[in-house]
Amino acid sequence: MTVDAVASRAGATGQAYRQQALLGPANIAWRYWVIGFILLLMPVAANSFVLFQIFGWAFILGMIALSLMFLGGYGGMVSLAQMAVAGLAAYMLAVFGTSGVPQVSLGWPWWLAVPVAIVIAVVFGTITGALAVRTEGIYTIMITLAIATAFFYFVRQNYTIFNGFNGFNQVLPPHLFGVDWRQPIPIYYLTLAFAALAYFLVVYVSRSPFGLALQGVRDNPRRMAALGFNVTAHRIAAYAFASFIAAVAGILLVWLNAQVSPGSVAVGPAIDILVIAVIGGIRHPIGPFIGALIFVTIRTFALDILVSFGIPGERFQLLVGITFLAIVFWSPDGILGLWPRARKWLASASSLTGDSGRAL
Amino acid sequence: MTDLIQRHPAWSFVIFVVAAGIVWAIFSVWPPGLEDVMGKKKVFLNALFNGVTLGALYFLVASGFTLIFGLMKNVNLAHGSLYMVGGYVGYAVAATTGWWLLAFVVSFVVVALIGVVLQYVVFRRMEGEDLRQTLVTIGISIVLADLMLWIMGGNTFQILAPEWLGGPMRLPLVTAVKSSGEAVYMTYPVVRLVILLASAAIGILMWLALNRTRIGMLVRAGVDDRDMLSATGVRIQRVFVLVFAFGAGLAGIAGVVGGTFQSVAPGEDTRFLLASLVVVIVGGMGSIPGAAVGALIIGLAEQFGSVYFPTYSVVLTFLIMVAVLAFRPQGIFGSAR
Repeated sequence: MTVDAVASRAGATGQAYRQQALLGPANIAWRYWVIGFILLLMPVAANSFVLFQIFGWAFILGMIALSLMFLGGYGGMVSLAQMAVAGLAAYMLAVFGTSGVPQVSLGWPWWLAVPVAIVIAVVFGTITGALAVRTEGIYTIMITLAIATAFFYFVRQNYTIFNGFNGFNQVLPPHLFGVDWRQPIPIYYLTLAFAALAYFLVVYVSRSPFGLALQGVRDNPRRMAALGFNVTAHRIAAYAFASFIAAVAGILLVWLNAQVSPGSVAVGPAIDILVIAVIGGIRHPIGPFIGALIFVTIRTFALDILVSFGIPGERFQLLVGITFLAIVFWSPDGILGLWPRARKWLASASSLTGDSGRAL
Repeated sequence: MTDLIQRHPAWSFVIFVVAAGIVWAIFSVWPPGLEDVMGKKKVFLNALFNGVTLGALYFLVASGFTLIFGLMKNVNLAHGSLYMVGGYVGYAVAATTGWWLLAFVVSFVVVALIGVVLQYVVFRRMEGEDLRQTLVTIGISIVLADLMLWIMGGNTFQILAPEWLGGPMRLPLVTAVKSSGEAVYMTYPVVRLVILLASAAIGILMWLALNRTRIGMLVRAGVDDRDMLSATGVRIQRVFVLVFAFGAGLAGIAGVVGGTFQSVAPGEDTRFLLASLVVVIVGGMGSIPGAAVGALIIGLAEQFGSVYFPTYSVVLTFLIMVAVLAFRPQGIFGSAR
């Protein structure tokens, strides 16, 4: 049972029941246990390629897409600048920390470089948000796309800070607790832990007073303004929070990849993040992770899939594009939207026979 | 004009002084002091002409985009792909038949047909669903870009202009005076001047069509209030298809133009999509004069930027956009929403 269902049941039976229902591990739905166990025990079954190239990437891209999902799903603002925020955090870590470009990197220890990088990225994301909230709907997409592109051109041209076309390589995670965090199993658990944290943080914030007010702003900004909420401030705060998640993901991205270059923040990757969030479903925080898993799997195995259909292997974008188109065309809520749709369809099918579909 | 002067006397004065300064800079022989600061006059004039020509190209792309958006509130993020289809079709036609002008006709028709299909299959089904339209058109542009890469390969193509447009032309503008007292005149490729004039002609024709014909009247009424227009009995879906086909066809023509004086290559679709986004954001969504002014500003900014601050010229255009958004979010010619 989802917590939403618990909450609605609590509405019928009163406040005390609700508090009881949310306490203790016994009330966590069984599917959370199942998914948690599968993810924790994954390294037993999967080889290091799958752990590193598929799950590592999926968790990180999923986190960036999660920040977009938070803005889009709860705030009603679709921002294409999230990849730029993550990329800026990655760049800043390379600039302040250590990298293979010693003439630029300052060589600070990681515990200082990481927070500074995150703060700078969050400030950048918040300023982007402050600009973007001056506009609505479709304009937001265009403006954030333009900002992301400007960022891409800027890092490609700037050699004093961003090292231009080459970017930075050998940006490695610290050897903390005697573990090399770039090995497949450590990085799997590292990215899993941060992805889970980000997921629960988003779930928590979405039910906090701020998150509820934000959803109110999404649904009816005028009414919220009339109720005394500062609509602009809520929206900008949403950008700041989303930028934080994207910035953390950016740090993990540069550790996983060991390098960051203008290609990481180009228009293509920025749109990939939107594709991931939409494929998975933009209404629930789990959607981006599902989308990321599908995206990364397609990207990794595109060659084999396409060759088996007799199409040249380099047509990966075509496969992703067609998958994306099919999903937006038939299920605007992504993969997550398919389940309620299927239920509705099954229910309506059985209603033909007079059965109201109660079996479901 | 007098209206503007009465309302904003200070701004009108600034605009007048700037315009007079530019006119002086174009026609005069520069004194040595100015050349020390700004570089050679030839460089300045070339940047100016290239900027205006680039602005003309941006206007062709962006006017279709803004027309479609203004009337139907459709955000067609596949507009850049339409531009590129136009470029490739134009190249194929010009290379096989050798007729440059035929390339324009074929590109216009082919891309306009694609536009009709898009309007019927995509936009009509999702009227009013902004986000879904955006997503679907992003998907279409991904698919189209990869299909074009598949068919045409990753090479760069240039559409060859016919011979009667080849070569440079001497303009009656003095760039420098030799020590012997002989004046040096500016030369500029003929084909670019022709493209510039043709874009201006298309812009004027569009303005006339919008303001002086019945269909233009319907389109303007639709921009203002399309529900009311359809309530008066106008078959608004036909107007939509027509406008969409025309806007897409303009992008196709722009593709041929761009392929002639620059080149057609993978990645141009995103470049021109972004250029038209910035142009319409700066100029104001849905406004044809706005598209013209925005395209001119962005084209000039790009060219002057690449001459005077070469490293960050691309960022300059985005800075202009940010400045416009910060002070006038609806764009220079946009109406307040």
